[in-house]
Amino acid sequence: MQAVIQGTIDFLKLYWVPLLCGVVIVAVLPLIVGYIVLVERKLMADMQARLGPMRVGPHGLLQPIADAVKLLIKEDIIPENADKLVFWLAPVLSVGAGLLSIAGLAFGPAFQIAQDINIGILFVVGISSLGIFGIVLGGWASNSNYSLMGALRSSAQLVSYETAAGMALVSGLLFAGTLNIKSIVEAQQEQGIWFGMLAPVAFFIYVVASIAETNRAPFDLPEAESELVAGYMTEFSGFRWSLYFLAEYTNMIVVASVATTLFLGGWLRPFARVGWMNFLDFFPPLLMLAIGGYCVWRAPKQPARVQQLFMLAVAGLCFVVALVLAAPVIVPLARPSLAGAVKPFYAGIHGGFWFLFKVSAYIYLFMWLRFTVPRYRFDQLMRLGWHFLIPLSIINVLVVGVAMIVGAYFHLQGWAMLLVTTPAAIIALIAALLILAIEQKGGTAQEGSAAPDFYAG
Amino acid sequence: MLDKVIFYFFAGIAVGSAALMVTRRNVVHSAIFLITALLATAGIFLQLRAEFLFIVQIILYVGGIMVLFVFVIMLVNLDVSLLQLKFARQKWVALIVALVLGGQVGVMFWSSGKMPGQGFPVLNAAAANRLPPNAEEVAKSLFSSYLLPFEIASVLLLVAMIGAVVMAKKRT
Repeated sequence: MQAVIQGTIDFLKLYWVPLLCGVVIVAVLPLIVGYIVLVERKLMADMQARLGPMRVGPHGLLQPIADAVKLLIKEDIIPENADKLVFWLAPVLSVGAGLLSIAGLAFGPAFQIAQDINIGILFVVGISSLGIFGIVLGGWASNSNYSLMGALRSSAQLVSYETAAGMALVSGLLFAGTLNIKSIVEAQQEQGIWFGMLAPVAFFIYVVASIAETNRAPFDLPEAESELVAGYMTEFSGFRWSLYFLAEYTNMIVVASVATTLFLGGWLRPFARVGWMNFLDFFPPLLMLAIGGYCVWRAPKQPARVQQLFMLAVAGLCFVVALVLAAPVIVPLARPSLAGAVKPFYAGIHGGFWFLFKVSAYIYLFMWLRFTVPRYRFDQLMRLGWHFLIPLSIINVLVVGVAMIVGAYFHLQGWAMLLVTTPAAIIALIAALLILAIEQKGGTAQEGSAAPDFYAG
Repeated sequence: MLDKVIFYFFAGIAVGSAALMVTRRNVVHSAIFLITALLATAGIFLQLRAEFLFIVQIILYVGGIMVLFVFVIMLVNLDVSLLQLKFARQKWVALIVALVLGGQVGVMFWSSGKMPGQGFPVLNAAAANRLPPNAEEVAKSLFSSYLLPFEIASVLLLVAMIGAVVMAKKRT
């Protein structure tokens, strides 16, 4: 009897827990994406001195749900001469690749769907790169010139920037010495420093390349509305269009999570190994308290009674989250005997908070760049990729490797590694400036000749 | 048992989509079926507990080479009839090559296990419950036993990449 129960528990642990996590992610992700879009619109409005969505719910808080309902009940148009099957398949491919790659990510020490896969980060990067087929095939199947042009641009852009992103990941992985996502974060915990500080140039390259890979402004040429209507999405409408939209934001979350895991210490608190920085543990609950308090303060100023109640409900939710976050920190202070029992909860809950916090900060950076930097021209984009980022990433891998050997020779560890990695980063930067100087000299004579003419919108 | 089911599932997809790839008239449809065949092959690698080969297959062949294939197909946009004319001439050559290859594989199957050193080698199965540290094993063999060929291949690829950049630069 005992064996049967144990066997059932093992079976459930092996198959049902990952399945449940997967279902939760697939169910919650569209909602999260909706709210990312709301934040993006609010931020854009703020930068352009507007208010943004204000009508649905207080401060437009219910706008994503209204948008989702609108998209679901819209008419689904398939063009007359489209390749129906491929047209149907393409958005599914795109969103499927994005969702599948999330399976490899670890959102906390315990929350990972595909537990402990040896090739972790390669799995995430490799599977998410399959999403490009959705874009290319969708563009081709629509049988429209705008769509095809967008698809061509997209595939050229992705192939170019994947090399640079891969090389940047290599520089970071050199410090980790493993591909397993959990071990990468544990290596950062052990060394007491984030790899983003050890390899700042690689981090920079990854940021730029990941913007290009997710087709975001200033590299959103595949869907440049001033040139191509909406690029590969031109002929898509309703639910199919929203699938593409979901795929784009899923990919953003994936690249942000990869960057967080490898360069920003994953689910670790900042200064996780420094004792006197332990007061940072109070930051998550205090942040939630502050948000809740702000909601309470703003509630009476809402025009309608429903909106006031909604605002108070949001505040209540924030307070509950703050309580959950505060419990693992407060309990050991009050009852030291319970410290051991609380530890896994602390790791899980606070780990999840810090991971999501860093991912949000990364996505916020993306948004900020989108509203401040004007769009590149396609040949400029190609030149930036092939003539600047790829040479720089190769040089960076070499320099970081040399720095690691020197560091190992002097037995440097943790923060002391900065002694060798900072000169390495400076050398890489000098190399970058040299590349730019050569580029300037050669670039003026052949302006716009790096890419053939058919790219030119 | 489960292993066999998974193997025949992926093998069936691979063979079926390979056949469809050859017979489709539309080039883009052929490319899609080639992608399916490559993905199914990756699935077989995973079933054999070679997860590193699985992801390399996906990143290199599906994510890299096939994207370029599809890109070129769309860019060139060849007339379908022109394409068929071009490739239809080699029917008999293809038949002979396929027959010879099939015969070879058949002989391998037939002689397998009859004589020592003949036919397919029998390898030890990996532990069922845990995947071996694939990436580490591959790296170890690449950087110890096969260091020189690996370095030569890497330098060759790097030269090819730099060469591509240089050639793209000199277009004036």
